[in-house]
Amino acid sequence: MTTGLRYVYAVCRPFDAALQSQLTGVAGVPPKLLSHHGLIAVLSEVPECDFAEEPLRAHLEDLDWLSATARAHQGVIDALTTVTTPLPLRLGTVFRDDSGVRTMIEAREDGFRRTLDRLEGRVEWGVKVYLDAGTAVPEKPSAKAVSGREYLRQRRMRTRSRDEMWQNAETFAQGLHEALSGRAEDFRLHAPQDSALSGAAGRNVMNAAYLVPRGESEEFVELVDGTKDAKDDTPGLRVELTGPWAPYSFTGESGESGGEGPA
Amino acid sequence: MTFPSGGRVPEPYGQSSGANLADILERVLDKGLVIAGDIRINLLDIELLTIKLRLIVASVDKAKEMGIDWWETDPALSSRAHRDELARENAELRAHLAELERGRGQEDPSLERGRVSEEPS
Repeated sequence: MTTGLRYVYAVCRPFDAALQSQLTGVAGVPPKLLSHHGLIAVLSEVPECDFAEEPLRAHLEDLDWLSATARAHQGVIDALTTVTTPLPLRLGTVFRDDSGVRTMIEAREDGFRRTLDRLEGRVEWGVKVYLDAGTAVPEKPSAKAVSGREYLRQRRMRTRSRDEMWQNAETFAQGLHEALSGRAEDFRLHAPQDSALSGAAGRNVMNAAYLVPRGESEEFVELVDGTKDAKDDTPGLRVELTGPWAPYSFTGESGESGGEGPA
Repeated sequence: MTFPSGGRVPEPYGQSSGANLADILERVLDKGLVIAGDIRINLLDIELLTIKLRLIVASVDKAKEMGIDWWETDPALSSRAHRDELARENAELRAHLAELERGRGQEDPSLERGRVSEEPS
């Protein structure tokens, strides 16, 4: 067995409830808690042969390894979210030993406390809007022998209805975002996802994250569900809700918030 | 804290239900707190990430700058969509033109023959 490194998932405040006993983290290692200065670092002892700089860099190029590790990381964060409000760290935050983790906590404890206070009891909901342009505008093959003028006319009409769909999608997304941000404490508008990676049908036109108090989540989810009726008159639109997530998108210090409103 | 003690924890809507791999990667690789550990890895140096995950990782700062109107100005969404559209339309028009010309090409010889046959009489 090689020496262990410390893979840190999250920092949080001490909590009473026990983590799921079956929980395994990255590299199949159960997470443990390191308490220091009234804060908890949640970490796994991981083998150096996989998580030292060289092997880690190589592993990150391997989409299978990366996916498994990302899921394991998220699994631990998820488990923590059910018992406390964790401050999730980015994948691949690795220290040599416990004392390295303690030093890091000491250096950043004020910032941790501020952020943990701000996020306490909040969860993140992800809302995406997709436009499935392919099914909504059937590209009916025009009659074989049309004149050039007729052909261009048909093309223009198809283009116009596609433009209209985009416009409708944008209007819908904007309205949805206004309604949801009114119910959220904060929000982030993320870059749309590449459908080649997500495998989702249609084009991702909105990819937003909302910070919502856990106690108000039910109303928030109902609000999102309610939009399913509103979008009936806009064909090809789909709203997707994910969560509750740990507040991944809101870990930055409040100063750098993008959620204060449109810049 | 409003969580019930005793270990049994509420999972109100099913944890991260509906989340696909892209959702998970987006959050664990691109969101979350950045802390320099002892093992220094710059995620943006990873070739796979910059290629396969470019859209979710690399364009985030830009999307932030753009605020709420990002989808109108994001080249990945609008201008490229329009450019692609123009290129496709162009190709279609060319094909259609070629088709028309082929049709005309078949008519021409008969026209000429007709004219030729007219002359001797």
